[in-house]
Amino acid sequence: MTALAVACDRVDVHFTTERGTVTALHELSLDVEDGAFLTMLGPSGCGKSTLLRVVADLIEPSKGSLRVLGRSPQEARSKREIGFVFQDAALMAWRSVLANVELPLEVGGGASIAGHAASPRELIELVGLKGWENAYPHELSGGMRQRVAIARALVTRPRLLLMDEPFGALDEITRDRLNEELLRVWEQTRTTILFVTHSLYEAAFLGQKVLMLAANPGRVREIVPVNLPYPRRLALRETPEFVKLVAHLRAVLETC
Amino acid sequence: MATPSSALQRPTAFVADSEAEAKFQARKNRLMWRRRLLPLAAALLLLGLWQAVVVYFGIRPFIAPSPVAVAYTLVDRFGILMQNLAPTALEALLGFAIGNLSAIALATAFVHNKTVEEAFFPIVVLINTIPVVAKAPILVLLMGNGMEPKIAIAALICFFPTLVNMTRGLSAVNPQTLELMRVLSASDREIFWKLRVYNSLPYLFSALKIAASTSVIGAIVAEWIGTTQGIGALIIEATYKFDSPMLYATVIVGASFSVTFFFVISLIERLVVKWEPQAVH
Ligand SMILES: Nc1ncnc2c1ncn2[C@@H]1O[C@H](COP(=O)(O)OP(=O)(O)OP(=O)(O)O)[C@@H](O)[C@H]1O
Ligand SMILES: [Mg+2]
Repeated sequence: MTALAVACDRVDVHFTTERGTVTALHELSLDVEDGAFLTMLGPSGCGKSTLLRVVADLIEPSKGSLRVLGRSPQEARSKREIGFVFQDAALMAWRSVLANVELPLEVGGGASIAGHAASPRELIELVGLKGWENAYPHELSGGMRQRVAIARALVTRPRLLLMDEPFGALDEITRDRLNEELLRVWEQTRTTILFVTHSLYEAAFLGQKVLMLAANPGRVREIVPVNLPYPRRLALRETPEFVKLVAHLRAVLETC
Repeated sequence: MATPSSALQRPTAFVADSEAEAKFQARKNRLMWRRRLLPLAAALLLLGLWQAVVVYFGIRPFIAPSPVAVAYTLVDRFGILMQNLAPTALEALLGFAIGNLSAIALATAFVHNKTVEEAFFPIVVLINTIPVVAKAPILVLLMGNGMEPKIAIAALICFFPTLVNMTRGLSAVNPQTLELMRVLSASDREIFWKLRVYNSLPYLFSALKIAASTSVIGAIVAEWIGTTQGIGALIIEATYKFDSPMLYATVIVGASFSVTFFFVISLIERLVVKWEPQAVH
């Protein structure tokens, strides 16, 4: 039996506001295998962030059942098996790069998993920031800050890494470079990754599968497999297969 | 974790370029001296102008003194001035400590408990709307003629800006950082000590810098009501006697004290809040 990293069964998420109830996700069913790299595409407001947030136990599903790494999301979170990378690096300005990466080991009973944790210094090296351990966030560029956020998310050796448009605010060249690096990190750590993006190229380049969500209410439109071998290099994006795949994704997205 | 491939090791780290660094330092020094010397020159110019006006128009000393007369008084009556600065400074410093500490405590209570905030915030706002000159006599009646009412007024005057800033600083944390702490299963205690407290420090220091000057004002205004010592009492005395050089000298001593106080707080801020790219003073 291959373990499932995420098992969503007809999950609904409603938000109640002054203007009434919004259905962010409706009857969403989804299985993500352990070790998979799944990218997510969909129009703005279709519930991509909401899906990551229910998985991370930041919000509760209104209906349906959800298992994360074989447990309830709440258990998975408190066992520190989930890492989250936001669009904004959300670094603590008063902590050096090293201290930011160490944060997960200091809070939420992080000390107890210290034996199992990755070495913060090695992770900083892994994301290409060797020599910057003692720098403060205001001394870093946007891309460097995002690398710190990735190192921080990996320090607890999470089995599931959730990334919500992590490179959305970066320029294209930096984004390309980080895409390649993220694939390398994934190949080395073998952690399951759920990656939200607005870029068709990024979705196709990174994922083993692309989950396309439709809006109003948020639901699964299609899951597009990406049959391109790893390790992938940026040159892959010039190949006819890749171009065809992106064209297909674009066509599906237009119907979402 | 395996070691990264060498392709990643971009030459991002620091390169030693002593010539460029020396140039950068020299430029920085030049700018710094310029920023210091120019205001000094302007001040001297204005003082000269003031002296010229007083002499040229023959303005009499009970209307306005010449800068030379003020300088003379400052030296001549230095002992009396310092003797009176001591109680005012003590009142201001104690008021500063008490006012800010209670504001920090109350802001902490507010952040931990919404009910407390909803119950007490309107009262605090109400008290703050009463002007100092009106609060002073009330407190003198309540606390007598000693130092206590002056300390109380200095404390009250510091209290409100610090309370407002501190409450904001503790609650206005980056929502994504807060979500991150939740993903990390951080307890409320950890969120407070590792996130909110640090987040509040820049806010706190801007309030403390305001409080550094207002606490001195509070103490002086309080001294206007029935005291025989302190900078406030000296101001009243000099005014009644039409002793304008003494009045100006007293004001200068009071102002120098609050400026010094302000700079001490700014210095501490720079040592504590190292992570904020500081605007150069
Ligand atoms: N906290 C909330 N309160 C009320 N409504 C919310 C909340 N969070 C999300 N929503 C609503 O749920 C829907 C889905 O939002 P979500 O943020 O998941 O979209 P998204 O796919 O991530 O969009 P984007 O691509 O713009 O980031 C939207 O209609 C949004 O208005
Ligand atoms: Mg989103």
